[in-house]
Amino acid sequence: MAKHLISLTVNGVREYVEVPSNMTLLTLLRERLGLTGTKDGCSAGECGACTVLMNFEPVNACLTLAVEAEDAVILTVEGLLQDDRLDPVQKAIIDHGATQCGFCTPGILLSARALLDRNPSPNEWEIKDALRGNLCRCTGYLRIIRAIQEAASGGSDDRTS
Amino acid sequence: MILPLPELPSFDYVCPKSYQQVSEMLLQPSVDARLFMGGTDVFVQMRDRTVASKVLVDVKHLPGMASIEYDHNVGLRLGAAVNLNRVAKHPEIIEYLPLLAEAANSVASYQLRNRATIGGNLCNASPAADTAPAILILEADLIVVGLNGERVIPANDFFLAPGETALERGELLKRIEIPAPPEGWKGKYLKLGRNAEGDLAIAGVAVLGFPDHTAESGYKFRIALSSVAPTPIRAFEAEEILCRGPINGERIEAAAIAAQDACQPIDDVRASGNYRKAMVKVLTRRGLGEVWAAVQ
Repeated sequence: MAKHLISLTVNGVREYVEVPSNMTLLTLLRERLGLTGTKDGCSAGECGACTVLMNFEPVNACLTLAVEAEDAVILTVEGLLQDDRLDPVQKAIIDHGATQCGFCTPGILLSARALLDRNPSPNEWEIKDALRGNLCRCTGYLRIIRAIQEAASGGSDDRTS
Repeated sequence: MILPLPELPSFDYVCPKSYQQVSEMLLQPSVDARLFMGGTDVFVQMRDRTVASKVLVDVKHLPGMASIEYDHNVGLRLGAAVNLNRVAKHPEIIEYLPLLAEAANSVASYQLRNRATIGGNLCNASPAADTAPAILILEADLIVVGLNGERVIPANDFFLAPGETALERGELLKRIEIPAPPEGWKGKYLKLGRNAEGDLAIAGVAVLGFPDHTAESGYKFRIALSSVAPTPIRAFEAEEILCRGPINGERIEAAAIAAQDACQPIDDVRASGNYRKAMVKVLTRRGLGEVWAAVQ
């Protein structure tokens, strides 16, 4: 099987890696770069646990080849923390107790971050619509939605305080 | 049921620079090549071991594949590799072809739509393809390219069977051309899934209506159905009924029954065939009602 030498930026760090053709972006992140915050749920693009931002847009890392990420800018949950400060979405999720087992949380954080980047004040329907591809089997959506609403309104943003 | 494996079976990834190279690869049986763009169907199928190929050919970077051009006189020219979020969010598509934007936006989830492409949705040829009914009633032309150059396949001739299209060996879909729709038209895509959105359709109905003095009713309608036959289909008999005389509740009901009669649905995990038939009638009636109210 062919191998490809690729370079990409992950959480602000330039990486040079050799990847086989069939390696997914998810496997590259978890197994090669040790970024295990991104989860492997269904491997079929249904659950969203593997959601990362590729060039500022959310994608399912399980359905993206590592080789396709050549020159891409990738953001994973590990990259949300900046200068030891939580992203407002992270802080709001914690404040609202909007996480139970936590498996879906990294994907939800990135879907929410991308939502707020393209729409700084989403209504409830827009939040639900943006999270359609992120399944929480602990069924805790209500607190997640409230948390994102609060992050949107800037209520719990400790970066701006 | 076999659970999908995290790793994909082995294959070689290639990203050719020209359409000619792609066609040559497809025509070389020893290469065993399969095309992909967003990979949202093909990677799942490979994990399920329902398809296998030695070479995966990434065609989304070929020239013109990612372009969107709208001209009010000519219509829309959409590269096959345009992802579904770009279709759903494009200001001119929203303004002039909202039916297509709605259909694109009804596919799966936001993150999946960042990868899934309009061309992939059509070429995968699922009976449930959400963009297919819109493409059928907007009477799009599909521009395919092979070693002998380009040819045009009208949307209505494109789908042959589940997973099977009119593409010949060595050909790939390059562009979708949607003519400027008729003056005064209104359209609607109604999708019934097991949940509010995001699931594959149990049944989908797209309706388009526009004033046309050549019809006895003064209006023409086009209706297409998904998930209720081996391919997405037009309900021509229902369309005819709506031309024949004044549009009223009775005529809409007769058209809804004709749409139901055009279906050959299967029973599957999402719904029974009988339920699908019943829902096609309901959705067609509802879609025609909404479009009729808007178009007058």
